[in-house]
Amino acid sequence: MSFAIKKQGEIVVVDVEGQLIVGNRQELKQRVLDELEKGERKFLVDFSQTGYIDSSGLGVLVSLSKKIREQGGELRLANLNDDLKTLFELTKLDTLFQISDTRERALETF
Amino acid sequence: MHIALELEIPSDVRYIERVVEIVAKQCAQFSYPQHQTSLNIPVALSEALSNAILRGNGDRTNAYVQVKVDVTQDRLILEVLDEGLGFNFEECLQDPREPDNLEREDGRGLFLMTQLMDRIERFSNQGNVVRMTLKRHD
Repeated sequence: MSFAIKKQGEIVVVDVEGQLIVGNRQELKQRVLDELEKGERKFLVDFSQTGYIDSSGLGVLVSLSKKIREQGGELRLANLNDDLKTLFELTKLDTLFQISDTRERALETF
Repeated sequence: MHIALELEIPSDVRYIERVVEIVAKQCAQFSYPQHQTSLNIPVALSEALSNAILRGNGDRTNAYVQVKVDVTQDRLILEVLDEGLGFNFEECLQDPREPDNLEREDGRGLFLMTQLMDRIERFSNQGNVVRMTLKRHD
């Protein structure tokens, strides 16, 4: 499990490779907060290479979204597979995040 | 036919992924539906293990967590045992979908266990045990 962060234009794109769970959520949080600290404001998390997410992984996404919004920015999500869509629907987090089917579509919406 | 196994891991969240992998693999051998082996089982088991490690055992760094797995063609039973004092599942359970809870960072773990498993029981047996039952849903 790891995270790849790269810039596409003015958008910071984070690829979550493997699981987003209690053991690695802090790493994701810190890496995104570092980018926010540097002045980045537009963030996209791409889940095309993600296995499963637990409640602490969901919690980190909620927390980051809040912090980014407080700084006038935005966090969007893309490429949730059917299992991840179910997870977001069960917890109603699909109502909190802007979720796109593809990375390209998400990048266009910023 | 059924497969039964017992695992014991140090109280460290770094072991969770490996345990989940082992259990999901056992269920895949019985050809459980893909959504159960890739969503219900991994997420519910991760939640039970992280509760056992972070809340049940807490600061007891030398403590262990035991996992008992019993899987048949029709159902999976998982028991997660920690060395803590236990907790009242119903009292701790909250609805993260409530508007006041939606933006909270925590409070989704027990809820997800109830949503992703068919039955959750908590009892004491020389430690604190959470037993989760999942029926095969094709």
